[in-house]
Amino acid sequence: MATDIIATIIARFPGAAARASGDHPAVSVPAAAAPAVLQAVREEFGYDFLVDVTAVDWGLEAAVRFTVVWHLFSTVAHGYLRVTADCTDNAAPAMASAVPLWPTANWHERETFDLLGITFTGHPDLRRILMWEGYPYHPLRKDFPLAGIEVPLHDPEIAAETGITLIAAPMAGGPFVASPGEMNLTEAEPRAKDESWNEASAKPTA
Amino acid sequence: MPAEFTFPDNAAKAADAAPEFETEKMSLSMGPSHPSTHGVLRLQLEIDGEIVTKCDPVLGYLHRGDEKIAENMTYNQFVPYTDRLDYIAPLANNVAYAIAVERLAKLEVPPRCQAIRVIICELARISSHLLGLGAYGIDVGAWSIFLYTFTEREKLYKLFEELTGARFTTSYTRIGGLARDVPAGWNDRVLAFCDQFLPILDEVLALLTRNKIFMDRTVDIGVISKADAIAYGLTGPNLRGSGVPFDLRKDAPYSGYEKYEFDVPVGTKGDCYDRYLCRGEEMKQSVRIVRQAIASFPGGDWYVKDARRIFAPPKEKILTSMEELINNFMIVTEGPQIPAGEVYFEAENPKGTLGFFIVSKGGGVPWRMKIRSPSFCNLSILPKVCVGTFVSDVVSILGSLDFVMGEADR
Repeated sequence: MATDIIATIIARFPGAAARASGDHPAVSVPAAAAPAVLQAVREEFGYDFLVDVTAVDWGLEAAVRFTVVWHLFSTVAHGYLRVTADCTDNAAPAMASAVPLWPTANWHERETFDLLGITFTGHPDLRRILMWEGYPYHPLRKDFPLAGIEVPLHDPEIAAETGITLIAAPMAGGPFVASPGEMNLTEAEPRAKDESWNEASAKPTA
Repeated sequence: MPAEFTFPDNAAKAADAAPEFETEKMSLSMGPSHPSTHGVLRLQLEIDGEIVTKCDPVLGYLHRGDEKIAENMTYNQFVPYTDRLDYIAPLANNVAYAIAVERLAKLEVPPRCQAIRVIICELARISSHLLGLGAYGIDVGAWSIFLYTFTEREKLYKLFEELTGARFTTSYTRIGGLARDVPAGWNDRVLAFCDQFLPILDEVLALLTRNKIFMDRTVDIGVISKADAIAYGLTGPNLRGSGVPFDLRKDAPYSGYEKYEFDVPVGTKGDCYDRYLCRGEEMKQSVRIVRQAIASFPGGDWYVKDARRIFAPPKEKILTSMEELINNFMIVTEGPQIPAGEVYFEAENPKGTLGFFIVSKGGGVPWRMKIRSPSFCNLSILPKVCVGTFVSDVVSILGSLDFVMGEADR
C-alpha cells in the first residue's frame, strides 16, 4: 500500500521523486506542489493525522539549504508517510502553510519559523513561539553558533525610563565552549579572581 | 425534577448575553508562575467578567535549545538531555530516544533488553499518571489525592534508584542497550509494588470518580471532539479521552509490545472527566503489562553484542584487553558510529507520542534532530478549548491535559 502511494504521487505530480529513507515511505515534492500533495494524501489515502512539521538546514554551502519535512500518520493504515519539499530561495526560504488542512500545523510552523526562519505563506499568525518577540536570530540555522549571540534582553520601555540596559545573564562563551586564545576561565568566572582565601591560605577572620 | 444548574450552562448563557450586558474586556496574564500552570506556561487571557473570550498561550520560558545541543554532541551524550524533556517520566524518554537511534542504525536489541524497556516504560507511565492525578486533585480542590499518589511515586523512585542509580534523572538507556542489567531481585520488588499498588489505586480513584465536587469541576468541562483532537494533533490520554483508540503500543508496536495483552481505554465525550478516567485505567493496564513482562522475562543478553562500533564492550574487558580499550575509547570520543539516513520514530509516552526525527550524515553526531513533543501539541488546542469557559475552568482544563513544560519548550 505504502509503495502505491509513492508511485501515485510521483505519477500525478511532476517533479516528485521517491526519497531515501531509513524507515517509512518518503517522497520529495516540489515546493509549489506541496499543499496539493498534502491535501491528496489526506483526503485520498487516509493520512489524516499530521504528526510533525519541521525543516532541515543543510548548511551554508548546500545548493538547496532548507528542506521542509512533514510527517503524517494514517489512523486507518497505521503507518507513517514522510513528505519533504525543498525551499526554492536559500536567502528567504518560504513554504505554503498547512494550517488550512490541519490546525496542528499552526504551532509547528511557528516553531519552524522561529528556529529556522522559514516563512509559511498563508499562516494566520506567524509569530515566534519559543524565542521572544523581537529576537533577531534563528538559532537552529547552521550559521548560528552553539554558544549563542548576546542580545540585549531589556525591555525598551523600562530602559528608556530607568536608563538601565544591562544584560541580565552574560553568556561568557556559553556551555561546552572553551575557545583557545579568547576568554580564559578566570575572566569568564569573575568569582575565581577572589583569592583572599583558598586551600593554601585560610579564610580571613573579620 | 428540574435539571440541575451546572457551570457550563452558566458560561454559555453569559457568552450569549445581550450586547447591553457586555462588560469591558480585561486582559489577564495567567502564569508563568501560577500553581495551576504546572511549570512556566503563561496564558494571555482576555476575559469578559468571568468568561474567557480569548486565550493565547505564551511558551518558551523553559526553552534550552535541546535540538541545537543535540547537533553538537554524540548520540550517547544526549541521553541525559532526554531525561529533561518530560522530567516526570524520564525512563520513557530514554527508551524512545534509544529506539529512534537504533532504527537509524538498523539495530535490533535482544528480547531481555526489550522486556526491561517495556517494564521501565510502564513504570514511568504509572509514575507520570500518579503525579498528573495528584496535581489535578490539587487543582480542583482535592488535596488528599496528592498525598496518596506521592507515597506511591516514592516507592517507584526507590525502584528507579536501585535500577539506574538516580531517582529523577535516570539516563538509563544507551544506543544498542542499557546502562546496566537489572539488579538481582529487582523484578520481585517490582511485582511486590504492583501487588500493593492496585488496591491503593482503587482507593484513590474511588475518592475522585464519584466525588460530587470533582465531577462538578470536570464533567462537560473542556470538551474536545474527536475531529478536533485529531486535527490539533493531540496524542496520548488526551486523544483517547476524546474517543480515538490511537495507541502506538497497539498501532505501531515497538520494543515487543505486541507480545503483551492489554486494553486501551477510550473516553466517550472528551471532557476533563474522560481524560481523568483514561489515565486511571491506563495505570491498571500498565500493571498488567509489567506483570506479563516479568512473568515471561527472557534471559540472555541485555545489549547488542555484535555492534562493536556502537555499544561499548563490558567494563572488565575494557580494563584487561587492548582491543576493547581502543574500541571503548573510540565510542566515547567519536560517538557510536551511526550510518547516514533519515528516521522518524515515535513512542507512546505517558503524555502522548514523543517523536524523534533524526537526520544523520554518518558518524557519531546527528546532523539534525527534531523532537516532536506531545505536550507542545496538546497545548496547541488551548486557544480553542478555553474560549467560553470560566477562568476557574481553565485550571480544570490545564490539569486535565497533563502537560509538562520541559518537553513543550525543549
